Amino acid sequence: MRKQLMKGNEAIVKSAILAGCRAFYGYPITPASEIAEAAAEFMPRTGGVYVQAESEVAAINMLYGAASAGVRAMTASSGPGISLMQEGISYMAGAELPCVIADITRGGPGLGNIGAEQGDYHQVVKGGGHGNYRTIVLAPHSVQEMADLTALAFELADRYRNPVVILADGFIGQMMEPVEFPQTATATHLPEWAVAGTAASRGNLITSLELDFDKLEKHVRALEAKYKVAERHEARAEEWMTADAEIVLVGYGIVGRILKAVTAEARAAGIKVGVLRPITLYPFPVVQFQRLAFNARVFAVVEMSTGQLIEDVKLALNGSRPVEFLSRVGGNVPSHDEVLALVHELARRGGVTQPTQEEERVANAY
Amino acid sequence: MPTETAAEYVVAQARARSFYERYERKEDLQHQTHFCPGCGHGVVHKMIAKAIDDLGVQDRTIMVGPVGCGVFTYYYFDVGNVQAAHGRAPAVATAMKRSRPESIVISYQGDGDLSAIGSAEILHAANRGENITVIFVNNAIYSMTGGQAAPTTLLGMKSTTTPNGRNAATDGYPLHVSELLSTLQAPAYIERVGLGDNKQIAQTARAIKRGLENQVRGLGFSLIEVLSPCPTIWKLTPVEAQHWVRDVMEKEFRLGVFCDRTKERTEKADLRPADPGSSSHPSVGTPDLRPVTPNPALEELPRILGVAEEDLPEGNAAALADNKAIDLEVRIAGFGGQGVLLFGEVLAEAGLDAGLEVSWLPSYGPEMRSGTSNCHVRLSRQSIDSPLVTAPNVLVAMNEPSLRKFDKSVRADGWVIYNGQEFPADCVRDGVHVLALPFTELADELGDKRAANMVMLGALLEIAGALPQASIDDALRRLVKNPRWVELDERALARGRELYRESLVEV
Repeated sequence: MRKQLMKGNEAIVKSAILAGCRAFYGYPITPASEIAEAAAEFMPRTGGVYVQAESEVAAINMLYGAASAGVRAMTASSGPGISLMQEGISYMAGAELPCVIADITRGGPGLGNIGAEQGDYHQVVKGGGHGNYRTIVLAPHSVQEMADLTALAFELADRYRNPVVILADGFIGQMMEPVEFPQTATATHLPEWAVAGTAASRGNLITSLELDFDKLEKHVRALEAKYKVAERHEARAEEWMTADAEIVLVGYGIVGRILKAVTAEARAAGIKVGVLRPITLYPFPVVQFQRLAFNARVFAVVEMSTGQLIEDVKLALNGSRPVEFLSRVGGNVPSHDEVLALVHELARRGGVTQPTQEEERVANAY
Repeated sequence: MPTETAAEYVVAQARARSFYERYERKEDLQHQTHFCPGCGHGVVHKMIAKAIDDLGVQDRTIMVGPVGCGVFTYYYFDVGNVQAAHGRAPAVATAMKRSRPESIVISYQGDGDLSAIGSAEILHAANRGENITVIFVNNAIYSMTGGQAAPTTLLGMKSTTTPNGRNAATDGYPLHVSELLSTLQAPAYIERVGLGDNKQIAQTARAIKRGLENQVRGLGFSLIEVLSPCPTIWKLTPVEAQHWVRDVMEKEFRLGVFCDRTKERTEKADLRPADPGSSSHPSVGTPDLRPVTPNPALEELPRILGVAEEDLPEGNAAALADNKAIDLEVRIAGFGGQGVLLFGEVLAEAGLDAGLEVSWLPSYGPEMRSGTSNCHVRLSRQSIDSPLVTAPNVLVAMNEPSLRKFDKSVRADGWVIYNGQEFPADCVRDGVHVLALPFTELADELGDKRAANMVMLGALLEIAGALPQASIDDALRRLVKNPRWVELDERALARGRELYRESLVEV
């Protein structure tokens, strides 16, 4: 199959349309705007709808409307815009409406900057909106995965009637790599629950409101049960050179790429190191972590945040193995050499962490 | 649970067909609404249901309910029902109408919902001229939550959050939504009516029907604002509350038609071509919901998206020498406008054309517009682990700041291609090769100094020596559309190769 060079942000739109998406409602923001631009070009040419909304708040509520009408719909934004969408995401999860949201992350908090950061993990993976709900979160690390996981996102959104977020950093959105697309487009069908302005759908109701305590509890329990099914079936991770790994490097998105490069070099130096790259951040690939813990002495999380993914890693390992941490923020990326130095250090220590002077000083103070 | 009395209740009066016969979504008292005695919502509901009946659009109707006392529209209306977040009904309605253009979409909203938290959504739905009908029930107060002030609360009016009465100095003035929206060019019809007496009520029924009819006829955005009594919060009897609408509220909120473009649009709508594929149609201020190519066949999508295999170039992988190791890690840096990104794109595209694994990563955003620009390009026979080039084996520095920013990162035995007559002595490092030439001037000699990037790319290609010329030629033609520039860039590339070879002779 022939490949073509394409930006990750453009690949998302083309894959979405092939996956049956026929609506894009969004608001521009760097570094996600190419998604809106590609949607503005291609949606009208493929029988779809494109609207530039007045805000991210409006955009997510337009998604609520499109999804209610039974149309596969998507939006795209970056951290600050996703913050504004949290209200609508909660409503959509509550009303059990499918949609796909691409978050091409940037630096925060506040206006931050437009560099790549992974500080959106908590607000996306843990749910930044109100109430007991989850979003399924997919984390591509290449342009090809931007395309492939977008198609998967629409499938999962429909299967679970729930918002699905594609969490990618600015690098994955902005970079160009060879990519190939399926040559057949997905045919979609009007869901039986949709409100489509037809006689057949007249009795349908889309709402997240339930006044009765017992009925709302039942609804929330049903959502919880649905998420449990997703946890059993949808967790995905890529393992790279983990078969005999004593040191397991953990990272998602662009970091996963760096970890592979470092692993290749460290392996050449005889260090038994591998990479575990979560592809779904929710459901979190807990089983893979527990399995690798049999052989691994230590896990090292590399993250472009002050420590968000690491919390899920620690929960998955449940204290069974030490978890090291390397972090860069503000738009900076952990360098190859920084990570390689950590790997050499872990190999030298035999996986046991020595407290730093500062940590000892603080500990002694108590 | 329905009470026994409720179970025995029989509806005697004529009921609009667009109401449920029994309000089964309601917990109890399923024969009556949840509205207080004297509330305007029940009356407005009935008028809407009657209008839906009269227009024969029950099956097509989608009711978007708000947050507030009107939240339970789905208890009563036997139509498609969607309940929206506070203030967002116009955004929800926008997408429902665009998704299902044949449907009749009603956004039902109160004054807190529409004029406060949803002020952006209503303004922009109106400004886009969405072909929807908004029923705006204005009772000058937040009723559902117990009587807090709204943007529509009258001056001096007491509420739980204006205990001494609304004060213009601190709380602003009552917001006149109909007047505000009527300044826009897109809306088709905006009218304010009231429920203050029987005459007003009759006019309200006519206005609501008209608002719906406008949508059925495709004329665009209609908003009917209804001044409506709230005896409970106003602490008045139902009769007093009705009179208060007429005698007090109406003084602040003048009744009347504020915008009516239905006549001109009806005339223009008649001129619309019957064939939706026809390109010329008069603008009637309502969004053209017809896609450029209405619903193309699924098998056509890959071609439309430009991803159909048969449309993709075959490439020149066969021309790639199979004995040469290729692992180019290139950092290209310069001022914005020097063609840094295009340099990288041509290189990456040529690599892909030659069957290699490639990646191209830009520094993106305002940096590109305000000064420096750089990108990372990798070409390899093996799959590329990281697209970040932190230790390039070729640095292309199109100016001195870029050289100084990245020169220390270049690997041993790597290359620096520098745009300058003199290579700064303090940047010279053992084991790093340098090609320093005034590429801008050399490009100028070729006809345009903006081709300096391609002269430098030519030099890089000659140094790397791996890529087939056919791949480079094809990549250039795919990325540069202007034939004049293709011709110039081809000469620039050739000149760059020549300059590198000449530099060897000099050594």
